[in-house]
Amino acid sequence: MSAAHARIQAVTRVFEATAETRAVQALGPIDFDIGRGEFVAVVGPSGCGKSTLLDIVAGLARPTAGTVTFEDQPVVGPPDGVGVVFQQDAAFAWLSVIDNVAFGLRRRGMAARAAREVAAEALAMTGLSEFATAYPAQLSGGMRQRVCIARTLVLRPRLLLLDEPFGALDAQTRLLMGDELLQIWRQSGASVMLITHSLEEAALLADRVAVMSARPGRIIAEIATGWPAERDSRLVEDPRFGRLTAELWSHLREEARQAMATQKP
Amino acid sequence: MIAGWRLLALRWAVLIGALGALEAACRFGAIDRLVLLPPTEMLASAVRLVASGKAVPDLLATGRIMAVAIVASLLLGTAGGIALHALPRLKRALAPLLSSYYSVPVFVLYPVLILIFGLNDLPLIIIGALFAVIIMAQNTMNGLDRIPLALDKTARMLRLSAWQRVFHVMLPAAFPYLIVGAKLAVAYCFIGVIAGEFILSTIGMGHAIAFAYNDFDNPAMYGLMTLVVVIATTINLSLHAWEHRVRRRREGA
Repeated sequence: MSAAHARIQAVTRVFEATAETRAVQALGPIDFDIGRGEFVAVVGPSGCGKSTLLDIVAGLARPTAGTVTFEDQPVVGPPDGVGVVFQQDAAFAWLSVIDNVAFGLRRRGMAARAAREVAAEALAMTGLSEFATAYPAQLSGGMRQRVCIARTLVLRPRLLLLDEPFGALDAQTRLLMGDELLQIWRQSGASVMLITHSLEEAALLADRVAVMSARPGRIIAEIATGWPAERDSRLVEDPRFGRLTAELWSHLREEARQAMATQKP
Repeated sequence: MIAGWRLLALRWAVLIGALGALEAACRFGAIDRLVLLPPTEMLASAVRLVASGKAVPDLLATGRIMAVAIVASLLLGTAGGIALHALPRLKRALAPLLSSYYSVPVFVLYPVLILIFGLNDLPLIIIGALFAVIIMAQNTMNGLDRIPLALDKTARMLRLSAWQRVFHVMLPAAFPYLIVGAKLAVAYCFIGVIAGEFILSTIGMGHAIAFAYNDFDNPAMYGLMTLVVVIATTINLSLHAWEHRVRRRREGA
C-alpha cells in the first residue's frame, strides 16, 4: 500500500447533551489511513457516523478525541489541497455553470478570463461544455452534481472527499457517474475517500473498502478489492464483483440490523 | 394554470374595471365631487402639478428623505439580520421583541424625535427607517437561516474568509428573502415618511397633501395623492419585476 496521505488516529466524536437530548457517541475510536493516490470507500449502516467522519477529515468538525493529519500536518480546519463534494445540491443557484466552476479560482485571486479557461477545461472533462452558460436550475440532478465535482476539481485537490455524491441519482446514472469519477481519479492522481451506503458502488469503485459498525461507528473490516486502476462499470459482469459485494454484506448485515433496531421509535 | 399573459390581462382588466366604475360613480353623481374626484381628474391634476413645477420641491424633498431612509434601513436591516443569524443566543433573546415590534405604534416617537433633532429631515428619516429596518432584518435572518448546510460547508471548504462567505455565498443564497424584505422595507418607509410629513413637517408630499386638505383644495390633494400612489407602485412593481426575473433564473421556471 502507498504511504499514508491522510491518517486518522484514535478519533472519537461525542455530541454533547443539550436540554432536549442526551450525549451521543457518534463515532470511534477509529484508526484509518488513506494512501497517496488510493481510492478508498467507506460503507456502514445509516447513522453510523460516516458523514461525521468525513467532516472531521475535511476539517469541518473537530474530533472529541484523537487526531487527523493530512500530508503529515494536523487537520484543524479545512486544509489546502482537500476538496469535498456533498450529497446535497451545493451548486450556487445564482451563478451560471461556468461561473460556478470558476468560483473558487476567482476567490483565490485568479483573473476572470484565466479562471473561465480553466473552468471550461473542467466542464469538458465532466461533459458539461454545452451547458456552460446555463443556470443550475436548468440542469438535472446528475448534471448539477457534476458541476459541484468540476468546481472542486479545478482547485486540483490532492485529497478528494465524496459524501454520497450520487445518492440522489438513479441506478443507471450512478454507474455512469462512477465511470466518470474513476476517469477523473486516474487523470488527477488525487487520493479519494468515498462515503456511500451502496455496497455495489463501494465494491465497484474503490481499491479498498472500509466497513463501519453501527453507532458508535468503528472500522470493523477493511477489504482490498484488487481491481486494476483501469476499470469501469463493466466490472459488474465480473464474478468477483458479486463475491466482493457478498463479503461486504456479510460484515455489514448484523450492523445494519442493529442500526435499524436502534432507529425504531 | 393560467398563462402569464392571461394573468396579466386579467390583472389589468380588474384594475381598469375598478377605476372605470369609480369614474362612472363620480361622473354620474353617485359619489359627491366634494368627497372624491373622478380618477381622470386626479390624474390630470397630478400632471398639472408636476408640469407647473408646483409639486417638484415637495417631490424632491420626499425623494431625498425616502432615499436616505431606505438606504439606511436596508443597510442596517441586512447587517442586523446577519448578526442575528450569526448569534443564535441573541436571536433567541430578541425573538419576542422582534415578533411584537410592529404592534408598537412607532409614531409615538415622532414628537420626541422632533424635540431632539428639530423640525428637519432627520426625524423623518429616522421614523421611515424605524418602520422599515426590522422587516428587513427579519427577512435577512430568515433567508440566512434557510441556506442549505451544504452551501455553508462548500464555502468553508473553499477556504473563503468571513467576508467572502457573507458577500459571495450567504447573501446571494438568501437573495430571494432579501428582495422580499427590500420590497416591504420600501413600502414601510413610504408609510413612515409620508405620514410623518403629514403630521408635522414644513416640506414634502405628506405636508403638501395635508396643506391642500386643510385648504379644501380637492384637486391638489387628490393630484398629490395620485403622484404618491403612482411613485410607490412604480418602485414596488420594479422591485417585483426584478424579483421575478431572479426567481425565474434560479428556479428554472
